[in-house]
Amino acid sequence: MSRIGVFTCHCGENIGATVDCGKVAECSRSIPGVVHSVDYKYMCSDPGQGMIKEAIKEHGLTGVVVAACSPRMHEPTFRNAVAEAGLNPYLCEMANLREHCSWVHEKGEVTTEKAADLVRVMVEKVKHNQPLHPIRVPVTKRALVLGGGIAGIQAALDIADAGHKVVLVEKSPSIGGHMSQLSETFPTLDCSQCILTPRMVEAARHPNITLMTYAELEKLEGFIGNFKATIRRKARKLDEKLCTGCGLCIQKCPQKKIPDEFNEGLGQRTAIYVPFPQAVPNKPVIDTANCTFFKSGKCKVCEKMCPTGAIRYDQEDELVTLDVGALVLATGFKVMRTDKFPEYGYGQDPDILDGLQFERLASASGPTLGVMKRPSDGKEPETVVFLACSGSRDRAKGVPYCSKICCMYTAKHAMLYRHKVHHGKAVVFYMDIRSGGKDYDEFVRRAIEEDDVQYVRGRVSKIHREDGKLVVKGADTLQGGAPVEIRADMVVLATAVQSQDGSEELAQKLHVSYDPYHFFAESHPKLKPVETNTAGIFLAGACQAPRDIPETVAQASGAAAKVAALFARDELTREPVVAVVNRLPAPTFSYCVGCFLCQSACPYQAIEQEEIKGRDGSVLKVVARVNAGLCQGCGTCVATCRTKAIDIQGFSNEQIYAELMTL
Amino acid sequence: MRIGYYPGCSLLGSSREFDESVRAVMGALGVELVQVPDWNCCGASSAHVLDAALAAALPARILAQAAAAGLDEVLAPCAACYNRLVSAQDSIAKDPRLAKEVEEAVGAPAGRVKVLNVLEVLDRLRPEIQARIQAPYARKVACYYGCLLVRPPRVVKFDRPEDPRSMDLLAAAAGATPVEWPFKTECCGASFSVTRTDLVAKLSGRVLEGAVKAGAEAVLVACPMCQSNLDMRRPEINARLGRDLEIPVLYITQALGLALGLEPEKLGLQRHFVPALARV
Repeated sequence: MSRIGVFTCHCGENIGATVDCGKVAECSRSIPGVVHSVDYKYMCSDPGQGMIKEAIKEHGLTGVVVAACSPRMHEPTFRNAVAEAGLNPYLCEMANLREHCSWVHEKGEVTTEKAADLVRVMVEKVKHNQPLHPIRVPVTKRALVLGGGIAGIQAALDIADAGHKVVLVEKSPSIGGHMSQLSETFPTLDCSQCILTPRMVEAARHPNITLMTYAELEKLEGFIGNFKATIRRKARKLDEKLCTGCGLCIQKCPQKKIPDEFNEGLGQRTAIYVPFPQAVPNKPVIDTANCTFFKSGKCKVCEKMCPTGAIRYDQEDELVTLDVGALVLATGFKVMRTDKFPEYGYGQDPDILDGLQFERLASASGPTLGVMKRPSDGKEPETVVFLACSGSRDRAKGVPYCSKICCMYTAKHAMLYRHKVHHGKAVVFYMDIRSGGKDYDEFVRRAIEEDDVQYVRGRVSKIHREDGKLVVKGADTLQGGAPVEIRADMVVLATAVQSQDGSEELAQKLHVSYDPYHFFAESHPKLKPVETNTAGIFLAGACQAPRDIPETVAQASGAAAKVAALFARDELTREPVVAVVNRLPAPTFSYCVGCFLCQSACPYQAIEQEEIKGRDGSVLKVVARVNAGLCQGCGTCVATCRTKAIDIQGFSNEQIYAELMTL
Repeated sequence: MRIGYYPGCSLLGSSREFDESVRAVMGALGVELVQVPDWNCCGASSAHVLDAALAAALPARILAQAAAAGLDEVLAPCAACYNRLVSAQDSIAKDPRLAKEVEEAVGAPAGRVKVLNVLEVLDRLRPEIQARIQAPYARKVACYYGCLLVRPPRVVKFDRPEDPRSMDLLAAAAGATPVEWPFKTECCGASFSVTRTDLVAKLSGRVLEGAVKAGAEAVLVACPMCQSNLDMRRPEINARLGRDLEIPVLYITQALGLALGLEPEKLGLQRHFVPALARV
């Protein structure tokens, strides 16, 4: 006979203000099998857990139901408490009175009745619970970092410094990411390249880091501690071992007019190229879409020029399989392009730039070598208008969120422009100035007070070209909405930060949650900021939300610390919520008839065939067997099984039916 | 095709040529216009700034009349009427209390009649238009939409609010070459025509100057307010600009009518202040 204890939590006012917790506790007492039922303000607190432990000992409980919040956060808390009192932790279950009841209903008797029902259902389940034991799995102590921007570089270096192997995968030909494109960084105005390139070199030389540039994740299988990653190494059309990075091929390539991605289309590159002179590795790739040889079958100038014979036109993509224990996602962001703004001319005007393009214009390594020249005619712009919040915080046409970095980089842009063109006029249109951060507000004040940047609070409704000038029409909301019209030579839109292209597909590939804008979702917004909902996959940088460099680096180090903590263990325990094919005495052996429908239904390739042999070694029956290491407990096989031979431990058909039948 | 027709006051008075050209073009395209029986004022431009219930009730009555006449769709060529009818439907749908109040005042529910502007209806007929072109309107034209057809976007849900193109496509179908210009939805000064003519001269002046700069030979419109400001206020505009702009302002239906081979008089082209006939 079961002896169940029910512990109803008020969750402060979260449940207590809507549900009559005392009454729920009282009702629970009359459920057959319940021998103890109490309510308490915070069951997850130390005294609350103490109540559970004491009751287990005092009343000899064989099962525990905690009626509180979602099991996501506190199921481990309560199961640990139960285990400390000597009961198998899997004999403790939670009834979710918060998300499933108090948060979604009004206060009233019916709500309390529903809460009591939820408890009753869970009591019936616990009566059928079996003691379970965690599954132990080994840990592969090698991390995979996806993305070679500052987030990925920082995470890789920190994990490597902790003594673990790291594979750093970057989809473009060089690591460095967006940070390598920036001119100078706020709030100190130190040169982005000067602080980044040493770290790039460090990452490339670190004995624990393997760099895979021009490569992408193709497939990921397995689970925490035991992932199997397939990486596609795209063909550079070059033998990296032979190439010395001399650059002769680049000098002689006849295709010289390809829009340069690194310079955001403001410059041109060749068909065989390295993205920028400080690239790591400094080995070129052939852009086959634009290469004369690949288009017409003739040319091969690079092959003729190469002193080491490194060019390989017939090189194919290569698939590499790696065993890794953890992943850090650091795939970064993109900026919304100017073509998303019909009122600003769909990005058709060459002198309307986005923030990254301005970075290239202001950068010493950029297409103008840092001299302020507007793209249309190379003239020095006398008046430049900067528009903050272009597409950000715009529910009607853009994205509703704040892109976070624009207030600061717009102040920096205006400042850089004023430093380069002393007689020039810089005007910033803004909604608010969001400059929270160490030395950030001081930086904006410096732009306004020392560098004479004119800040106008208001939006710009239209930009059009008239008589060679860009007419910027806006309103000054601090002057009662007075119309403002500025005739500018160049306009810079601080366009919204967006998730990287392909984020949704990648998230689905990795079973990682994402938000409506395809930023990867952290496991808990406050307490688990670098974890994802998939164990063993961590987040760093702007792939999770718009971030600046200091925050990105901090988060990357945080993710690296989590990986190092994971790798500090030799073995991991997993929840035993996995499928099990039943076993019976001979001659039945199992309800399983060996149809193996479950095998084709299983998304994780976790079902194997097992031969049951007689004493003479002859095969008596072939039945299914679940590999507990691979099984994710999704239950697809259970639904598929025609003979009901499979059950999920902890969620057996018997348990679920018991829950339903009591309703 | 049979469709309800709500002319509104402008089309009976200051913009008779809009009414004439809509009827002529629809007739030529085989569309039967059924006038909403016993229609009333839509409330523009005063009701919605004075009394929210009245601003909803006036259009609601028109739509109830249309529903009672068995109409599913109503064409409201005047952009102000169109905007008022659609806005009233929207506020009634969003506010059950207002819906009840309006129903009591009107004596019938608002119904589900779909309100269409002239560009929406013509857009459906574009293949027919293209097939029946007799004298292509081969001119460079600036299509001027004004504010009421496309705004507020969440309510009217018609075309792209910052850069609409439905009229440009129709003009192209009529054989014209629409110019790219930045003033498609800029303000003409609207009903300040009477109280602050100076403002209208300034704002409409910018629009016309923009059209001329873009190389247009005619401005095409689909709103009586825009048309009257750009056309009737031309002396004030020209005085302010200090130049003599002679660019004519035609309704899209007039340009289409010409292209379909209809007689200019049937399209009311002789009614403009800025001579349009000589230049068409």
